[in-house]
Amino acid sequence: MQYDITLTIEYSYDGASDHARNLLHLLPLHVPGVQDVTASLLTVDPMPQERWDGPDFFGNIATWVSHLEAIDAITMSLKTKVNRRSSPLGMDISAGLATLGSDIDAIQSLAPDAPHHFLGRSPRVAPAAEMTEFARQQIIEGMSTLSAVQAIGRALHDYLDFDAAATDVDTPAAEAFAHRHGVCQDFSHIMIACLRGIGIPAGYVSGFLRTVPPPGQKRMEGADAMHAWVRAWCGTDMGWIEYDPTNAIMVEDDHIIVAYGRDYSDVSPVRGVMRSSGGHDTKHYVDVLPVD
Amino acid sequence: MTGHVAPPPVALPDILAEYRPKPGVADELFDTNGAIRPVWNLLIEHLSCRTPDVIEEHFARGPKYLRDAGVYFRQYSTIPAPEREWPLSPVPVIIHEDEWAAICAGLTQRADLLEMVMADLYGPARLISDGHLPAELIAHSPEWLRPLVGVKPASGHFLHQVSFEISRNPDGTWFVLGDRTQAPSGAGFALENRIATTRIFNDLYPRSNVHRLSGFFRSFRDAMDQLPGKQGRRAAILTPGPNNAGYFEHTYIARYLGLLLLEGEDMLVRDGEVMVRTVEGPEPLGAIWRRVDSDYLDPLELREDSQLGTPGLVNALRQESIDMINALGSGILEMRAMMAFLPRISKELTGAPLQMPNIATWWCGQSSARDYVKTNLDRMMIGGARDLDLPFDVGATTAQSEAMRDAGPDKLEAWIDAEGKGLVGQELVTVSTAPAYVDGKLMPRPMTVRVTAARTPNGWNFMPGGYARFGLSDAATAMAMQHGGSVADVWVVSDAPVPASQPVVESSAARIEPEALPSRAAENLFWLGRYVERIDAALRMIRAYHLRLAETGDPEDPRLFTLGGFMGNVGIAMDATIPSALMSLLSSAHNCASKVRDRFSPDGWEALQDIGKSIERLERSAAPGDDCARAMSILLRKVTGFSGLVQENMYRSAGWRFLALGRALERCDSIAMSTIVFADPGAPQGCCEIAIELGDNAMTHRRRFRGSPSPQSVRDLLICDPFNPRSALFQLDQILELARFLPKGTDGRPSELERIILPLQAKFAVADAEYLTADDLGALRMELSRASDVLWSIYLR
Repeated sequence: MQYDITLTIEYSYDGASDHARNLLHLLPLHVPGVQDVTASLLTVDPMPQERWDGPDFFGNIATWVSHLEAIDAITMSLKTKVNRRSSPLGMDISAGLATLGSDIDAIQSLAPDAPHHFLGRSPRVAPAAEMTEFARQQIIEGMSTLSAVQAIGRALHDYLDFDAAATDVDTPAAEAFAHRHGVCQDFSHIMIACLRGIGIPAGYVSGFLRTVPPPGQKRMEGADAMHAWVRAWCGTDMGWIEYDPTNAIMVEDDHIIVAYGRDYSDVSPVRGVMRSSGGHDTKHYVDVLPVD
Repeated sequence: MTGHVAPPPVALPDILAEYRPKPGVADELFDTNGAIRPVWNLLIEHLSCRTPDVIEEHFARGPKYLRDAGVYFRQYSTIPAPEREWPLSPVPVIIHEDEWAAICAGLTQRADLLEMVMADLYGPARLISDGHLPAELIAHSPEWLRPLVGVKPASGHFLHQVSFEISRNPDGTWFVLGDRTQAPSGAGFALENRIATTRIFNDLYPRSNVHRLSGFFRSFRDAMDQLPGKQGRRAAILTPGPNNAGYFEHTYIARYLGLLLLEGEDMLVRDGEVMVRTVEGPEPLGAIWRRVDSDYLDPLELREDSQLGTPGLVNALRQESIDMINALGSGILEMRAMMAFLPRISKELTGAPLQMPNIATWWCGQSSARDYVKTNLDRMMIGGARDLDLPFDVGATTAQSEAMRDAGPDKLEAWIDAEGKGLVGQELVTVSTAPAYVDGKLMPRPMTVRVTAARTPNGWNFMPGGYARFGLSDAATAMAMQHGGSVADVWVVSDAPVPASQPVVESSAARIEPEALPSRAAENLFWLGRYVERIDAALRMIRAYHLRLAETGDPEDPRLFTLGGFMGNVGIAMDATIPSALMSLLSSAHNCASKVRDRFSPDGWEALQDIGKSIERLERSAAPGDDCARAMSILLRKVTGFSGLVQENMYRSAGWRFLALGRALERCDSIAMSTIVFADPGAPQGCCEIAIELGDNAMTHRRRFRGSPSPQSVRDLLICDPFNPRSALFQLDQILELARFLPKGTDGRPSELERIILPLQAKFAVADAEYLTADDLGALRMELSRASDVLWSIYLR
């Protein structure tokens, strides 16, 4: 499926800053065999004094921009054309939950997609007993890793309410889980904590979701802003699969990948530091249109 | 294990009468045959022929020196962090230079090995792919910083300064307890320990052939200057700030080596280069010796919540534009579990086994190691695999393991099975003992030695000596070290005299261009000047208040009412005999001074401390009225003493000018303010006298005017008199004088500050006091406040 995507993010600040530095994760990723980026244009207004686009540890395209003079607002605009291929799941060749551990131990690598990065604690996701317990209740003996991921994802989708007003970008997963609500970021963080809690390597994917559903289908949650979902490592043979807990579906060609990380902190669309006082205000517009 | 240690021979001096090394424990004073190691003879002989009184009198000099020098140690545990005296054990640990050389040889190999491991973990990670280090051990450690993977150090090396905690096995050999690679502390403390110890042994030290420490620092400083890409750029020491345990050491080293002392907010990154904000604009830095943990250095790419960092720093490192000592991410080498793998990695990377072994360590993530730990639980310490603290520092995991142990061996084993990948077992080692002075006798106490090495163009250079940590109890296990007793100097001695000091290059008369003053230092000096002047003014107001109170005994007296109201308006509410605002002004001054201790004479610091102590004492004792007025006079003399030090002894650097500017602006404003209120024709009878008294001008007024003070005479004396140091005009002259030397544009025009002050100076120089109004003075205050803003926006932000 071919998409035309436009994204605008606006920040305005109460007090002008004399020095602003931002790290952006907005340019979609080229994933061989999965997603081709035909064209991309990311503009920052006002024009920064310095800009550098380059890969981060996980292979995402990061953009560093700095404003050395006072600014009281900043706008990031992205236009991109992406060809997202459908990647049908095929047979379940994932490791059994019981043998997943030895599959992981056998990987002697710190490469960006090595499963070791995606277990244990990461800056925004700490395993917690309640979420681990929730995950355990969804699995049965002899289950494959893939079935476990799907079972936990479905269960979370039923357990949690989508509520755009209940949380913000800094809400910890454990808190959103305790209150049983949140947005795609919370759904994803909670699912990551659940999976890691039972030893399944799990990471965070940020991206876009097609805005207008195919004829006859319901509009999906998370299409009005940037979206997030989960990827899980299902053993040496199957490798990584992606699951969207907000919509309880396996990820196929409705999802356009921007960046992979351990959690939100690795791939925040805009991570900024500025020398100023006072708060800020954000606006966010997304349009993801299929092109026939 | 060695056998029973023979009891000391009968001929031993009194001071050793109770010195009994424990069986199976190595001792620094006695060798394994029970004979005194020859390196100690001189010291023991020295102590033996002195009475306990004389010894203790000498020993007291050490702590006294440290107190006088302001050496302190901050503890994190309570807030606000109290400063604690540095716990010095007066008797040094003595090691022969041959033995020391062997230690250094072993640790040189280890330092090189750590450099190779670091280069691999932030490079190809072959140790992982070849199976010498488990991937998950590294991947789950918060010390392994992903943004730094692939970033090559500009200097060509990751590690430039490392420390090792070592001790002696029962068989007499040395072993490593821990590696310190993140931002090793202690080098500056070692130097202070040395100075304190030489005060104690002033007569013994010069003939003891002790290797000097100063050469180590000089050669490290030279090595920093020779790092690639420096091209005469400045080197800085980066500190987390005054609340950090090591802050004293940071200021000390900065002063000793002539390095800039910076905090994260002092720096900015521009065009990929790290710059320091100075009063002359941003200037590029060449090297940073960081005393801040890696993770805190760049909130943009590392810890998001860090307040200590400089956004963009990681990108500057990526562009190899700055030398970082040590490279970011070096904390990964401190991980306890690393000890389990280093012996094998050494063989793999260098082809040779470790020359000096490290504490035997087993990572419980491997089944064979886990089984070994479980079957030998009684001689194991269990700790977190990724913990960074030394084996004898009890972290949460170690404490948990002890609780499990108490609950029974089955519990502990089950826990190790469940949490294995996060745990290590470390041999419950025995450390050696050395003499500590306890109640008039020398007693054996467990100790470890901190050895520090720095990279120079000629390889690793070791500080000859350093410091030893002593445990409090006499049990010689590593665990006994946990309650951290005291520290002692380490003397590395030669059989022959050593040069008194390494040859120093004598200065020629050629001067060095003064370095630009960092903006934050300028800001703190400026505010220090303001606060000290504010304290001076407050003291005079409080004194005037209590004098009137003593005179009338009537708190409703109209003069007291006016004065009290005025004081309330300027934030000195009379809420107690000595208002609480005085102490908060002093802590503000203290706070500013503490951030510029590297630019501030120890005498000045001491004087400021002394004012604080006096206020505390007087707050408890001073009675309202005369007594309090006298107390204020005492304090005023002390404040004048401080100002005198600054005025008489401080070099006229840019820093001094900002301090003096702060003082002049504050004084000018405070004079204008009190003149508006007290020289007002409508003010109660006797207010003009208050104005004169606040300006310390009673005598001058009698000499310059006939009759009692009037609003006109007061305005003339306090505003328009060019010869009165407590007049507004005099202070405006001062500000102009100072402004001429501030950095400014090169177009020859007056600076923005001069453009504000010049018209004011002209106005009051020609003004007739008869016609001056409160509005004129109000306008003066507005302009002064604008001058302060201009200073801030041009030089201080």
